[in-house]
Amino acid sequence: MVTAAGLAAARAVAAAVPDPELPLVTVADLGILRGVEAEGERLVVTITPTYSGCPALREIAHDLRRRLAASGFAEVDVRTALAPAWSSDWITAEGRRKLSAAGIAPPHAAPARRGPVPLTLTWTGGGSVDCPRCGSAATTRTAAFGSTACKALFRCESCREPFEYVKEV
Amino acid sequence: MTEDEFAAYQSLSEETEDHRWAFGTGFTDPLEGIDASVPDGVDAAALAAYCLALGDDALIYSHRLQQWMTRLPELEEETALANVALDLLGQARMLLARAGQAEGRGRCEDDLAFFRDEHEFHSVRLAEHTDADFAQLAGRLLVFSAWRLALFGRLAASADPVLAAIAAKGANELAYHRDYAAQWVIRLGDGTPLSHDRMAAALEVIWPLTDELFQTDPVAERLPAVAADPAELRAEVDAVLDTVLAAATLNRPRAGPLARVAGRSGRDGVHTEAFGYLLAELQSVARAHPDATW
Repeated sequence: MVTAAGLAAARAVAAAVPDPELPLVTVADLGILRGVEAEGERLVVTITPTYSGCPALREIAHDLRRRLAASGFAEVDVRTALAPAWSSDWITAEGRRKLSAAGIAPPHAAPARRGPVPLTLTWTGGGSVDCPRCGSAATTRTAAFGSTACKALFRCESCREPFEYVKEV
Repeated sequence: MTEDEFAAYQSLSEETEDHRWAFGTGFTDPLEGIDASVPDGVDAAALAAYCLALGDDALIYSHRLQQWMTRLPELEEETALANVALDLLGQARMLLARAGQAEGRGRCEDDLAFFRDEHEFHSVRLAEHTDADFAQLAGRLLVFSAWRLALFGRLAASADPVLAAIAAKGANELAYHRDYAAQWVIRLGDGTPLSHDRMAAALEVIWPLTDELFQTDPVAERLPAVAADPAELRAEVDAVLDTVLAAATLNRPRAGPLARVAGRSGRDGVHTEAFGYLLAELQSVARAHPDATW
């Protein structure tokens, strides 16, 4: 049996696994880690992909197994949950703080999705994204997609620095 | 990076049972750890065929976008379309894996992607079209993503929970693809006289491929509550296209649908000439090295 103390320890280990593409935040910060439970001797860890094609998910699963094994958990089952679909709203306050500190603007609240999805026809994108470096609201979106599927590219018109923005989804 | 943060990459060099040679490689089941059972009362063979066709749409479309890489006018469009292609490839992998599960013959996503022949692919002919210029790329992506988003919006309530989950997730991605394409169609259509004319000419080329998207699908008819009737999507897609075309100062092309061959088209495995070349490129490495893993 996995004890209550053991489970708490396992949760702490799992929560500390860094995201391979954004190593400054953990899988718990991003809301990718959905649960750590005990099933008898087994530890069941549930994760969810951010985007369908995200290649990081298997690296995360691998890293989870490796770190939990190193902490003495021999039987670890990593499961994938597809539903409900990951939302950027699941990024924790701590995760947002860390993103901001690293120069990546955290996402706005995700749009409520009910019925047909409204079109966005404005070129610069909806809502202002504040520069994570100087705090200016005078920013321009330069690309709808960035270095990973979950980010867009912006430029600050005040300090002239480019930065990334985690898209709301 | 600290040593701790580097661990995900460092572990690539460890000797394990995995055949991992690079980031994100060495796994063959994108639905690993997900309940694979087919709900009671659902025609498993039809579900397999339905998921296969939707997976083929994404796989073939993704490959066409990948062919644009290194050829796009700006780095920003390159990263954008690489991400769109990656999203579609992710959708394709899950849908092909679901098709393999429902089929129950032990075929994995790679078997389905790399070891079927042209007539066994059921993607719509819009997916295989070769974009002759960036205007065709933008126009085709607008039509495809608007249609697929309308479809996935309905499939998010599918009676097959795996298909529903794939669709709900994919819809979030497709909303970004559609907005990206719409903004380019407007920018080109409502741009200079030259960009306007080229965008209008591109739509004339794309339009004959759109009718097929709304054709009644005999496979979907065998899947009540699981699949969506393509004909029901037309009003929603038309509303989106009309809004974008109006903002782009473009007229809806009058071109009629591309002819079918003896009543058959993409969903029946009958494709245009472009398909064979695309498939040869897509499958060549896997067929030359059938035991390789990646």
